[in-house]
Amino acid sequence: MRVIATALAPILLTIAPAAAQDHSAHTQTPPAQVTPAQTPDPHAGHDMQMPTDMQTPSVSASPGRGPADAADRYFDPAVMARAREQLRVENGEVITHAVILDRLEATFDDGDEGYAWDVQGWYGGDINRFWWKSEGEGAFDGDVEHAELQLLYSRAITPYFDLQGGVRQTYRPEGDRTDLVLGVQGLAPYWFEVDGALFISNEGEVTARAQAEYDLRLTQRLILQPRAEVSLSAEEIPEFAMGAGVSNVLAGARLRYEITRSFAPYVGVEWSGAVGDTRDLIKANGDDPDATRVVLGVRALF
Amino acid sequence: MKLDRRTLLQAAGGAGLASLSSLLPAWAQSGSAGIAPTLPTLSGADIALSVGHTPFSVGGRTGHAVTVNGTLPAPLLRLREGQPARLSVTNTLDEDTSIHWHGLLLPFQMDGVPGVSFPGIRPRETFVYEFPVRQAGTFWYHSHSGLQEAMGHYGPIIIDPATPDPVAYDREHVLILSDWSFLHPHEILRRLKASPGYFNQQRTTVAGLLSGEDRMSAEERRMWAGMRMDPRDILDVSGSTYTYLVNGHGPAENWTGLFRPGERVRLRIINAAAMTIFNVRIPGLPMTIVQADGENVRPVETDEFQISIAETYDVIVQPTEDRAFTIVAEAMDRSGMGRATLAPRLGMSAEVPPLRQIPNLTMRDMGMDMGSMAGMSGMDHGGMDHGSGGMNMRDPSLAPPNMAVGVGVQTISPMPENRLSERPTGLETVDHRVLVYTDLVALTPNRDTRAPSRTMQIHLTGNMERFMWGFDGRRFSELVEPIRFARNERVRVTLINDTMMSHPIHLHGHFFELVNGHPGHQPLKHTVNVAPGGRVSFDLTADNPGDWAFHCHMLMHMHAGMFNVVTVRPLDEAAS
Repeated sequence: MRVIATALAPILLTIAPAAAQDHSAHTQTPPAQVTPAQTPDPHAGHDMQMPTDMQTPSVSASPGRGPADAADRYFDPAVMARAREQLRVENGEVITHAVILDRLEATFDDGDEGYAWDVQGWYGGDINRFWWKSEGEGAFDGDVEHAELQLLYSRAITPYFDLQGGVRQTYRPEGDRTDLVLGVQGLAPYWFEVDGALFISNEGEVTARAQAEYDLRLTQRLILQPRAEVSLSAEEIPEFAMGAGVSNVLAGARLRYEITRSFAPYVGVEWSGAVGDTRDLIKANGDDPDATRVVLGVRALF
Repeated sequence: MKLDRRTLLQAAGGAGLASLSSLLPAWAQSGSAGIAPTLPTLSGADIALSVGHTPFSVGGRTGHAVTVNGTLPAPLLRLREGQPARLSVTNTLDEDTSIHWHGLLLPFQMDGVPGVSFPGIRPRETFVYEFPVRQAGTFWYHSHSGLQEAMGHYGPIIIDPATPDPVAYDREHVLILSDWSFLHPHEILRRLKASPGYFNQQRTTVAGLLSGEDRMSAEERRMWAGMRMDPRDILDVSGSTYTYLVNGHGPAENWTGLFRPGERVRLRIINAAAMTIFNVRIPGLPMTIVQADGENVRPVETDEFQISIAETYDVIVQPTEDRAFTIVAEAMDRSGMGRATLAPRLGMSAEVPPLRQIPNLTMRDMGMDMGSMAGMSGMDHGGMDHGSGGMNMRDPSLAPPNMAVGVGVQTISPMPENRLSERPTGLETVDHRVLVYTDLVALTPNRDTRAPSRTMQIHLTGNMERFMWGFDGRRFSELVEPIRFARNERVRVTLINDTMMSHPIHLHGHFFELVNGHPGHQPLKHTVNVAPGGRVSFDLTADNPGDWAFHCHMLMHMHAGMFNVVTVRPLDEAAS
């Protein structure tokens, strides 16, 4: 769990109430008192009578009396009401959507050729969105090894972070699962895109996953993206060869070339390894707990 | 100086032959000899306008435009101060439309904002605007429905004064600046919501760090990154999708306005762009600013000025040499330029200067006082991110109690400065004269000499990561309270920019006086650009009763929520 805490630390830091921050360091230099005025004054334009309203704005209750909506005097109030509602929607209530194909790649690992995808999308307004995510992998000459789809309600809770909740359906040869999901996704300081979630399965298993990625712009179009992911489990799940604690760690780097902002082919390398009890379980099964892959794929934005 | 009508008429004939494009009104056609009162434009007591779909071509590509009378830009409306105006607007689109007469003082129900002043013009309907023309100067008109303005629905208005014009000139040209994209504006907005840096191809890079081209140290980058702020986020939409137009002409099409050496030429410059602030200069030709936003100012000579969206500037130039001059309208983020030519004869051109260095924003653009930052060089800039002490970029205690400090507020300027005397973004260090807002002095004394009876503060807020914009932390869609004024009251309104973007703020139905250090002669404006992290005060006499729109003229900022309604009550003088 300590790893979760570490992974989520930037998120929690950001969520922490800004009010708790120390701003005693402010040393506001009081503006010089200059009588407003004479044209050749070098301070012309500085309305140095620094408004006393800076801290306490005077808000008049409702100056002037009259009808709430002036146009109702000249136009059918019912028609105006419809126009007002349209105006309200057109100035702020922008409903939009996006599909972000973060990774669609072929993987090459010692003669084993496979594929992987990681795509998400959303539909909604600024605060409330329907969010979906899907990822998975498989071998070209075999079955899908793992595929999942999350359907989430996402709510913006801070300027940079969304709280997400919903369900996840996972398909694996060893057995399917349906999970409840509670996660946080957003942008941490230093431009780290982070995403962390807790999963509770229909079998009562509690697992978690956190990932972070970063875009290092080498040039305007050539971008190196390091990416890391950590998986955890609260208990041993022998069915999936998962031990308690941190189970898997993944680190990779992808170098993409943005032909347009919406379409970028990339090449990369990714290492994944099982750790702790999981490593022992995998070894006991006679499998290799580590893997290094070369990846070739595209990133796209729709 | 006297107007030589015959010369102008001859020149006009020549221009007519030279211009073949039916999509351009005569005044906007290249090789224009200028506008004379005798040239065919739309004028008179009864004007018919029709809004429709038209293909528009620039740079060899053709796209879909929304136009007035089939032209982009729309026809020049030439009115006379004191005349009654009657403008019938017919909608041939399949969606509602409208025309707002930008800068005109008229009864609110004629202002043309659907949902505020009237219901809008439904498809296949005609709405008749009728109002007395009370002003003289350079204005413009555009749709206030959806994002039609970004698709070509804009045009110039010139109102000739009833009394002799204090500005003497031999010839005049209109230069209407705009930005054109082959992407639908809704798609532009969608991409901004999905990826706020989508159109920015000028961000800092490792290559730029190594070569020194970015002019920014690794330490400075670390500080900006810690704040999740981009020092190159200057305009949201850039030349990566926009072609910048002058009178509907792309840079290669080189719109040309004619002059005869020695003439005083009046250029009426209008920024009708959706998302672009321009820096305007004519290398080799000083410009004398004589009017801003349609109001005369004391003539002031300069070499370059910034024109924010929806502003207008009239300048006088007097080219004496028999040669061409390039008019450069460089986008503030240096991602492209609008280009036109002033020449004695068609077909001439002058050198087009290359785009200048991309400006970097500074801590001042985040509303931090550089004075108090002086001791910061030795300080750990990493301490500037949230939660670790030092400078807090989002301290809710700095917000007024009526401000909502929520998801839509990314930063709150700790020390918003009055920046009216500062050179605008990107022009800080250019080695020639640059107009600043404090240079503007009203030509005639201000009519209302009363001291403001109250003050009001409005924060311009936003979240660039989510592309959310609003006033006092709220988008208009959140059912905000209108901004209320009592009729004829005088109020000092202070706009505080809590964001790192410029916001051209426009109030309908009124001209406000910019508090810029010239009491009694404060310049009158309908739109003021509030610099990043800065603050601007204006004095308003709320003398036009009714409901009025008040918004950021960055069209996408408005659409994302930076909009409110201003009410002036009572409606009837008798009731007051």
